[in-house]
Amino acid sequence: MYSFSKEKTTMYEILTKEMLTPTICRMRVHAPRLAAAALPGQFLIVRATENGERIPLTISDYDKDTGSVTIVTQQIGASSSEIISFEEGEAFKDVVGPLGVPSDFTEMSDEELRSQRYIFIAGGVGTAPVYPQVKWLHERGVAVDVIVGAKTADLVIYKEEMEAVCDNLYLCTDDGSAGFKGLVTAMLEKLVNEDGKKYTQAVAIGPMIMMKFATMTARKLELPIIVSLNTLMVDGTGMCGACRVTVAGKTRFACVEGPEFNGYDVDFDEAMRRQTMYKAEEAAENENHKCRIGRGK
Amino acid sequence: MQNREGKVMANRIPRVPVREQNPKVRATNFEEVCYGYNAEEAQLEATRCLSCKNPRCVSACPVNIQIPSFISKVVEGDFAGAASVIAQDSSLPAICGRVCPQETQCEGSCILGVKGEPVAIGKLERFVADWSRENGGVKTEVAEPNGHKVAVIGSGPAGLACASDLAKLGYDVTIFEALHRPGGVLVYGIPEFRLPKDEVVEAEINEVRALGVKIETDVIAGRTVTIDSLLDDEGFDAVFIGSGAGLPKFMNIPGENLNGVFSANEFLTRNNLMKAYRDDYMTPIHAGKKVVVVGGGNVAMDAARTALRLGAETTIVYRRTENELPARREEVHHAKEEGIQFAMLTNPVEILGDEKGWVRAVKCIRMELGEPDESGRRSPVAVPGSEFEIETETVIMSLGTSPNPLIAKTTGGLETNRRGCLVADENGATTRAGVFAGGDAVTGAATVILAMGAGRKAAAAIHEYVKGL
Repeated sequence: MYSFSKEKTTMYEILTKEMLTPTICRMRVHAPRLAAAALPGQFLIVRATENGERIPLTISDYDKDTGSVTIVTQQIGASSSEIISFEEGEAFKDVVGPLGVPSDFTEMSDEELRSQRYIFIAGGVGTAPVYPQVKWLHERGVAVDVIVGAKTADLVIYKEEMEAVCDNLYLCTDDGSAGFKGLVTAMLEKLVNEDGKKYTQAVAIGPMIMMKFATMTARKLELPIIVSLNTLMVDGTGMCGACRVTVAGKTRFACVEGPEFNGYDVDFDEAMRRQTMYKAEEAAENENHKCRIGRGK
Repeated sequence: MQNREGKVMANRIPRVPVREQNPKVRATNFEEVCYGYNAEEAQLEATRCLSCKNPRCVSACPVNIQIPSFISKVVEGDFAGAASVIAQDSSLPAICGRVCPQETQCEGSCILGVKGEPVAIGKLERFVADWSRENGGVKTEVAEPNGHKVAVIGSGPAGLACASDLAKLGYDVTIFEALHRPGGVLVYGIPEFRLPKDEVVEAEINEVRALGVKIETDVIAGRTVTIDSLLDDEGFDAVFIGSGAGLPKFMNIPGENLNGVFSANEFLTRNNLMKAYRDDYMTPIHAGKKVVVVGGGNVAMDAARTALRLGAETTIVYRRTENELPARREEVHHAKEEGIQFAMLTNPVEILGDEKGWVRAVKCIRMELGEPDESGRRSPVAVPGSEFEIETETVIMSLGTSPNPLIAKTTGGLETNRRGCLVADENGATTRAGVFAGGDAVTGAATVILAMGAGRKAAAAIHEYVKGL
């Protein structure tokens, strides 16, 4: 039904699509301005259809030459299901970004960077946005270790990609079906306390609860930690304030002042509570939109 | 009626009332409140104009529309002629006819208003603009392309006005809009029931497009592109920044981050831009049974009337009295008709939550008016020990907005003042050559028409600047 020619790519067209797990989807999308401007740590917003929500998603890769950005989406509710229902050759209504402040290290000199030893802690679908950060550091010769956590081996994503750009990859699964059996925090403690690893900076990206516990562990280990907050948002440009978080006792907007903050300063309990703001409305929406998920194509 | 010199005599009749949707009915829908005049009513109202030799209304209009001239065309039944007169000075008349504070501008200075009711200039402007749109619009002459490119940041009133004027002068104009739909505050801020989006806003934006102006949505100046990249890499000769005042203010009181506390911007954006009120859109919105709106401006009225339409019992809390409400009188009047409660001389001191972290009440303190402050308004003073609670599920903070700092932060040589507004002279020239600015980004939150006026002035200044390159 799509008169899509290879010569001319439409804006926000899905160039490639693959399911990384039964519920996690990777898409490369045509967005040349965004691809040219993106840096590690930033995110974007997708509005799949005219009647859809604006959904903030992490950027898991970008390529200035082909003018494409890669997004990884996990099917959770009606809106993420809608995004995943798109096929190659179809186009999203809107893709806007890059949003947020790039990671601190993008501002550091190569010399400064090489004196650092980074440990990334990635949880679930949060592994995808860790990838461009690790890749960026690796390309500059910086030593980087990565802990990836998932429920089971089937849900581990970005294993090969990550192995190609990091010094050491440590897999953790809840059931022990791949790598270490246990939580990412236990792995972090083991690396520092038992294996004698010395890190200067930790970065955690994943579910809010994981980032909370990763921060508690990092504090115990006296390791500085950056977290990337996936708050609610509407515009993503500082207009709505839905993304308000308390950081070091002050209200900050995660969309324009984040998404990355010093983990020690974040009020995670408030942040988790605020993520549930529209839970009741979304549950009703999921009911209403079940019929639409296949979009009747 | 003509006098001996052949001059049309003004008709001494009362102001022709405008038809509106019944308050009880409209409190449950998002359709436009005001129906506007039909041709007969407009012609009758137009006969009230005295056609003053020195019309005070024209100088009171921020874009100096030739008001008596367009009104006399309405009297003659030459509605297309009236539209052409307005089009000389305004590119968004159907919008301004609906949302301008006429009572403090044109109508506020109408000589008839001294003893009676001023001419309904706003309603006449709206009638002419609506008639014109439904009858093919105004043919505007566009100069031959002059080979120069100008970038306009933001597609709100300032950007649209600036882009129109430049396009008419032959410039190749591209507007960059951060959101997915052009219009700025006209689309995300002002509700459908005051300003219909498809019929009015979209139509007037299409008129701007018809002049050759290109609009690129989903481009955030300062992130997707920078002012420098537009000037250095994309070949634009000048940039106009009309990025508005989009950053919401909060009170910084305890409990403000509880679930159920929203900025008016979020609440209105969800409903207006993202169409949460419509079943066929996926956007969630939370109003609940009871809503408290804090603030007294037009945005507070818009938020309250939106909450009411979503089914909530709604109260506006304001720290001064009704006389000091900054909102337009018409909006206050409409809000009251619809059943919004007004709690005046009341100021929130804390938002109280339940055990799950959701709002349960607002703790307020009674206020009284003290000495006048520098704005001339009597400043409110808290009455000690007068704290009380208003039970509510939702609190909407409508305390004003300030310009988004993103562009100033990412552009070298652009100065801002202590309120975060871009520094620009009366023609819109900023502290950086080739970069102009106007509207709320320069003044802080103001009105649609002032932003339009600033956009037009900057267009003239850009023309002078580019000629000198």
